[in-house]
Amino acid sequence: MDWGSILNNTLAGFLTPTTIAFALAALGLAMHFGFAGLLNFGIAGFMAIGGYGYAISVLTFGLPWWAGMLVGVLGSVVFALILGIPTLRLRGDYLAIATIAAAEIARLLFLTTAFTDVTGSADGLFGFNSRPDGSGFQNSNPIPQGTYGFGPFTYNEQTLWVLVFGLIVLTVAVWFLWALMRSPWGRVIKGIREDEEAVRSLGKNVFAYKLQALVIGGVFGALGGIIYTAAQNISPGVYVTSLTFFIWTSLLLGGAATIFGPVIGAVIFWVIQAFLSNLLPALSTSGILPVSTTQASTLRFVLVGIGLMLLVIYRPQGIFGDKRELTFVK
Amino acid sequence: MSNNEKPQKTTDLHIGDAVPGCKKKDPMLVIDHVKKTFGGLTAVDVEHLEIPSGVITALIGPNGAGKTTLFNLLTGFDTPDTGAWSFMGTSLSGVPSFKVAQMGQVRTFQLTKALSLLTVIENMKLGAKGQSGESIFRALFPGFWKKQDEDIEVKAMELLKRFKLDTKKDDFAASLSGGQRKLLEMARALMTDPTLVMLDEPMAGVNPALTQSLLDHVISLKGEGMTVLFVEHDMHMVRHIADWVVVMAEGKVVAEGPPETVMKEQAVIDAYLGAHQETDLGEVTGRINIIKGEDK
Repeated sequence: MDWGSILNNTLAGFLTPTTIAFALAALGLAMHFGFAGLLNFGIAGFMAIGGYGYAISVLTFGLPWWAGMLVGVLGSVVFALILGIPTLRLRGDYLAIATIAAAEIARLLFLTTAFTDVTGSADGLFGFNSRPDGSGFQNSNPIPQGTYGFGPFTYNEQTLWVLVFGLIVLTVAVWFLWALMRSPWGRVIKGIREDEEAVRSLGKNVFAYKLQALVIGGVFGALGGIIYTAAQNISPGVYVTSLTFFIWTSLLLGGAATIFGPVIGAVIFWVIQAFLSNLLPALSTSGILPVSTTQASTLRFVLVGIGLMLLVIYRPQGIFGDKRELTFVK
Repeated sequence: MSNNEKPQKTTDLHIGDAVPGCKKKDPMLVIDHVKKTFGGLTAVDVEHLEIPSGVITALIGPNGAGKTTLFNLLTGFDTPDTGAWSFMGTSLSGVPSFKVAQMGQVRTFQLTKALSLLTVIENMKLGAKGQSGESIFRALFPGFWKKQDEDIEVKAMELLKRFKLDTKKDDFAASLSGGQRKLLEMARALMTDPTLVMLDEPMAGVNPALTQSLLDHVISLKGEGMTVLFVEHDMHMVRHIADWVVVMAEGKVVAEGPPETVMKEQAVIDAYLGAHQETDLGEVTGRINIIKGEDK
């Protein structure tokens, strides 16, 4: 077995556009679930709308990249409102059902052949990051052509540009969430998570707060989708329900009701993913694992599932969660 | 039980005879034809009821009489099938619960609703009204709310001291005992500077010593000019602090009046108090021999 390459690929999982995208989406879920107590199982839908909003605006409507990204964000705001207005008055479980269905509807709308001209159907869309007219994301890349970094962290100028941009967006998002959650607004949101009737009895418009939380988390999700899309082509096969659960795993790893938890959780998730997807096939080729290479690389998802189960049973507050919280988990 | 001086009762609140639905000299809540049914069950059917201002009114009645449902209706947590009610002259029909609370009519719950994973002080600060930092845009910049938040904290600490919870300020509300949560909920309700405080069984599950201090708190609310409406099963307490008693049974108001007289009414005894009110339980069940006529 080539331990050197396994280690190299594992370390590379630390910082990729995908890791940043996951961190952003997990941050959105932290807003939804960790702080406001909203069970959103449709974060993949928010990401898809962000990504497609960006790609379609650029390809079909010829908008510059930044305007396209803005459209993706606005799309997620509209999606959150459509989802939230009818369901947020109901109990939390209904939101969970509605979000999982809405995310699937969004994905199937991008997949259906009825809109192939715009969405590219199952093939997805490509060629929106670099535009012949110079309005693409990569056309605005200030980094000169070349290879940067060292060891596992070697990037070309295109990936580096996505990383720099993604890290800026992530930093702003982290600051935004941190600033909100230390404020009286955050106090109301956490109160709603604990008992919305009590908060209502104190004269707070619980519905408006929940809607605001849903929109903010949804925008973070869309930004995740946009960063993901800025690094590669977009295809509907990515935004499946399992993506939602991977992001939930990242969130719960780090700690749902924390600011940095989701970010670190996403990093840990991708480092482990990179490690397993390199280690398991290698084990199978060298005959240690009695399965085929393809089976071995799928095995990691089984392990992710087991990990998620162990996590919620033995450490529901996550790595960064307040230890005292565990004492009082209902 | 109490060696405090007897709290000053307010009398002469009503106009005419103290019959169900009688007019009050200075009503705060006026309820008309409020009816609520759950399927075939009529939970509340109140013809007319006025709650006097500035005094303590007790709402009593057997289990299932519709007391809590009436509370829910009055505070906008539930909507009646028919009827109208007004608070200080403003109609409250169809007004959502949070607006009712903003108008100064605040309630507590029978099953205490402490916000478990918030600290005691956060619970308290949440109660304060008109916080500029609760708007999402101003929330981002502490300049808009830091000063106000500090003032709120000072006020919260004063209240916590009064309720003897100040040493618990940084603990999660989940770590408090049942009785302490009752205290916290009442203190939190007071953070809203209410005009009318509606307490749903404030003494349930609270030990005798704590009941004593809770009683003093409720009486002091009246002293501060607040109106109190509370549901309670402890008749000693009702007699001790209530200026006016409203008795409900099967959704209807069956009697009202000052506590001394209303508790002697046959309808109230039949519907709620029972014939053995003044007798020791041991005597009722016949399991314990009671020595009579001594240090009672």
